[in-house]
Amino acid sequence: MHDDHDHDHHDHDHDHHHDNHYSDMQARVKALETLLTEKGLIDPAAIDAIVETYETKVGPRNGAHVVAKAWSDADFAAWLKRDATAAIASLGFTGRQGEHMRAVFNTPETHNLIVCTLCSCYPWSVLGLPPVWYKAPAYRSRAVIDPRGVLAEFGLALPEEKKIRVWDSTAELRYLVIPERPDGTDGMDEAALASLVSRDAMIGTAIAGSWKVSAAGSSTISAADSPEARP
Amino acid sequence: MNGPHDLGGQMGFGPVAPEKDEPYFHAEWEKRALGITLSCGAFGAWTIDESRHARENIPPADYLAASYYEIWIRGVETLLARHGFATREELLSGHNLQEGAAPKRVLKAEMVPGALARGGPCDRPVETTPRFAVGETVRTKNFNPATHTRLPRYARARTGVVETVQGAFVFPDDNAHGRGENPQWLYTVVFGGGEIWGEGADPSLTVSIDAWESYLERL
Repeated sequence: MHDDHDHDHHDHDHDHHHDNHYSDMQARVKALETLLTEKGLIDPAAIDAIVETYETKVGPRNGAHVVAKAWSDADFAAWLKRDATAAIASLGFTGRQGEHMRAVFNTPETHNLIVCTLCSCYPWSVLGLPPVWYKAPAYRSRAVIDPRGVLAEFGLALPEEKKIRVWDSTAELRYLVIPERPDGTDGMDEAALASLVSRDAMIGTAIAGSWKVSAAGSSTISAADSPEARP
Repeated sequence: MNGPHDLGGQMGFGPVAPEKDEPYFHAEWEKRALGITLSCGAFGAWTIDESRHARENIPPADYLAASYYEIWIRGVETLLARHGFATREELLSGHNLQEGAAPKRVLKAEMVPGALARGGPCDRPVETTPRFAVGETVRTKNFNPATHTRLPRYARARTGVVETVQGAFVFPDDNAHGRGENPQWLYTVVFGGGEIWGEGADPSLTVSIDAWESYLERL
């Protein structure tokens, strides 16, 4: 008799029938979730809701919206400098890991870079969940001692005369870098401007993008090619 | 504490590895780890400071070999055991073997949007006035407590300038150990690269930390 069915009769209360080789962490976390659910301490649907929030609702576009508004509205930029928590909250971006916000503005003289050397504090409410590199020892150890070397690994070579200011998030203040507004963006509306702002530009490991040169050699604003930029 | 978490200025971890179009999660279990950690935090049994201390107490070889969400899981398991919600035996087996502590609240799905939107503000009123003023030169203390602190090693016994008085915030060094919130004034203090890293430091570099008042002394 064929024994295909004999090895496959346990622990398959879900849909992934081929998925019976859990990694150690998959097994450990699954056991923990099972235990806590049995004890009535957690609601698996709440976990789904948390994950869905950070996968679909809270992400770097919130931050890009803040930056674009700062670029196009001097009063908002001033408010952001004075009280970033309130200014950002006025756009509806509040909550966990964004309770106390501070916006730091890049200038022609100074480039800002954000790190948390002690854990991985990060402004979730405006940038979503942090990328792996932000949480990893290589970035946390070197951002404060060799920021130019770190930036080079992101492909960002700053002019030598540009000063670098590193902000170590050692308390509950969460930092958002407001990059410099790119040249040639004068006529752009907020949505188009927001499309120029990457997550990394708001951490300080990139600058905001602007012009790109088309194959024909004529300059176009890259945002105009982006579906996000269209009303 | 001088744990494996205190990474500023350490060497040997290799280059940063940015990943193009990085996904939020690299495995299903990372999603569950995030949700479990936040759900357990909602019990109200421990503070974010105690939670950070649980993570920094992971033995260095384990901490540095672990991915970030693994660090979270190790931390939350410690807290669940410490606060009586699950025994070590239950955590190892994954089965409910005995009744444990009851939390102040269990986070249900319908509570998630409100809980995430509220977050956990840490600013608190204090009756004192700030001891240090903007523009003042201050020195960070030199201490090496076995307990939790948010003054990184690289920034101890260093001279910097108070740039901003940020307001008063819960003091993590006490709050992590159940000694109360004991809020203190918090200052952004800026150091020159040379003051921290000495000879060979990038002359264009400044580094700032947010330092609680008791971390600082007058020169």
